[in-house]
Amino acid sequence: MLTFMASDSEEDACNERTSLMSAESPVPRSCQEGRQGPEDGEDAAQWRSQGREEDQEEDPDRYVCSGVPGRLPGLEEELTLKYGAKHVIMLFVPVTLCMVVVVATIKSVRFYTEKNGQLIYTPFTEDTPSVGQRLLNSVLNTLIMLSVIVVMTIFLVVLYKYRCYKFIHGWLIMSSLMLLFLFTYIYLGEVLKTYNVAMDYPTLFLVVWNFGAVGMVCIHWKGPLVLQQAYLIMISALMALVFIKYLPEWSAWVILGAISVYDLMAVLCPKGPLRMLVETAQERNEPIFPALIYSSAMVWTVGMAKPDPSSQGALQLPYDPEMEDSCDSLGEPSYPEVLEPPLPGSPGEELEEEEERGVKLGLGDFIFYSVLVGKAAATGSGDWNTTLACFVAILIGLCLTLLLLAVFKKALPALPISIAFGLIFYFSTDNLVRPFMDTLASHQLHI
Amino acid sequence: MTAAVFFGCAFIAFGPALALYIFTIATDPLRIIFLIVGAFFWLISLLLSSFVWFVARAITGNRDGPIEKYLLIFGVLVSVLIQEMFRFAYYRLLKKANEGLKTINPDEPAPSMRLLAYVSGLGFGIMSGVFSFVNTLSDSLGPGTVGIHGDSPYFFLNSAFMTQVIILLHMFWGIIFFDGCEKKNWYPLLAVILTHLLVSALTFLNPQYEISLVSAYMIMVLTGIWAFFVAGGSRRSLKRYLLCQDKNFLLYSQRSR
Repeated sequence: MLTFMASDSEEDACNERTSLMSAESPVPRSCQEGRQGPEDGEDAAQWRSQGREEDQEEDPDRYVCSGVPGRLPGLEEELTLKYGAKHVIMLFVPVTLCMVVVVATIKSVRFYTEKNGQLIYTPFTEDTPSVGQRLLNSVLNTLIMLSVIVVMTIFLVVLYKYRCYKFIHGWLIMSSLMLLFLFTYIYLGEVLKTYNVAMDYPTLFLVVWNFGAVGMVCIHWKGPLVLQQAYLIMISALMALVFIKYLPEWSAWVILGAISVYDLMAVLCPKGPLRMLVETAQERNEPIFPALIYSSAMVWTVGMAKPDPSSQGALQLPYDPEMEDSCDSLGEPSYPEVLEPPLPGSPGEELEEEEERGVKLGLGDFIFYSVLVGKAAATGSGDWNTTLACFVAILIGLCLTLLLLAVFKKALPALPISIAFGLIFYFSTDNLVRPFMDTLASHQLHI
Repeated sequence: MTAAVFFGCAFIAFGPALALYIFTIATDPLRIIFLIVGAFFWLISLLLSSFVWFVARAITGNRDGPIEKYLLIFGVLVSVLIQEMFRFAYYRLLKKANEGLKTINPDEPAPSMRLLAYVSGLGFGIMSGVFSFVNTLSDSLGPGTVGIHGDSPYFFLNSAFMTQVIILLHMFWGIIFFDGCEKKNWYPLLAVILTHLLVSALTFLNPQYEISLVSAYMIMVLTGIWAFFVAGGSRRSLKRYLLCQDKNFLLYSQRSR
């Protein structure tokens, strides 16, 4: 059986993406001390929760961590909801774009639906005579894949704990190099083949070189935000396409389910590797690998009734809905940078501050959502209804997760609800709705 | 067939919905979310009705012939009832959510029930239209001759127009239905359910498109007029709008009604 070339780094890339997403950008020191108290003896999942009640009693230091200072708790809730909807849409758009790219490619480029071997992480074939054997093989494939992911994650956490930053950075750069150059080259080749467009090698070299080099710069260094977002969406889509191509059918579904369960456990259990990774990052007050997290920034204005002493500080952390899941976490509060210093003024004057707040979503979330929708598009017997149902289900899952986050105010995994909905809707639409709608359409009945 | 039919039918079917989306919904994130949740509710209702039809078919043993048609009719009627049930369920959910939003956000005006009625109706309509038509659309992109075996050559056009009318009808039904629920009248609800059943039943007459399509459009116009008056319009406001004398219209897009 063919093994995919350079599978190690590809898998590493996958693992990086899945494992590092939970990391959040660091909270300033002032928050740490205030937070230590309620953290002990609390459920580990609540370590990032900041109850409003706590805010009221604590000192201004704590205020800085948890909410816009000088605000009543009710208003803090209002702020949460005020930007809740906007944040949801800010996540809908990139997730939708990634899925659209994947589905468009799957539906048009034959290459990604042809079976051409399997990854070495899924060694058991699914061309077996009996259903039971096939099921067994897919479960075994899932176990192997999941254990590889867990091992890689633990390896990464160990590396991070022992401060082997150079190794990690080298690993990341290698994987993005591979994605941006090799996979793009393959993708471009297949697309050109599909549309029967001729391109000479010099032009191809120029295009791929420019695309890849600008991508590396944007992702790992600095670049316009929109460009960085576009590149991250592109590499997520490429990664998802690789998964869709090389994962056998039943294994893919079982892997999706298993990864959601792993996600749930790794976020809510106290000894999960990703939790440890995040906590280590928090202790050291370091950002984690911005190359693997999609971030969108939003600028909004806060009007205040009167100037507040704690608001004069340079660093303010408005409360952010936070979400975390093992593989692909979302929503770190990005460092809100006060773009304009608050106007000094007498009490009673209106202060307006502009704060930049973004939502961050791990790339693995994009990848697995797109894998689900892409698989639905690839194997749903040419049916668009299944794809659309999965798409809506995933969006609703994302919405629900954010809602739960706003309600519970603690770290929640992003994958389980969306993937669960997606799986339920995939199987039910494929088996129940499709025959119904097909029969209706053939008789031209409308419901 | 191919591109001309594809684009033509796509825009016929989804043009009004797309325009409504771009001009009224895409600007406000909360409305987009309510739209998608509405679409999701319609999806669940479809799932349930497919399940009922599937079970009925399994019980009667998957035989072909006239019983298949009867089962389908049964499936359609059950589906209509389930859709309206889920519309009601969505209304209850929105009512609860609205109350929640009000208690949390006393200053910020929460979206009014009328707006939510419109958005939910549009969500239902878009999902319904997409699900009924998108497979047909993708088939129309490929080669072929419509009606080569003696069927009507207007299959695609009819489906497109029917989809358009159903999307608009869902929107109007949403407005009327929610208003009936708000005012605790039962007759708007009954009227919505009956007109929905009527429109679906008319499609049983396909491929005699004249009857089904024309009647559906007439029902849509009547329902539209009813929804217009329910949503607070009046002959005077319409006149002012048409003669460009409505100063409030400019502000309309900036506040949620």
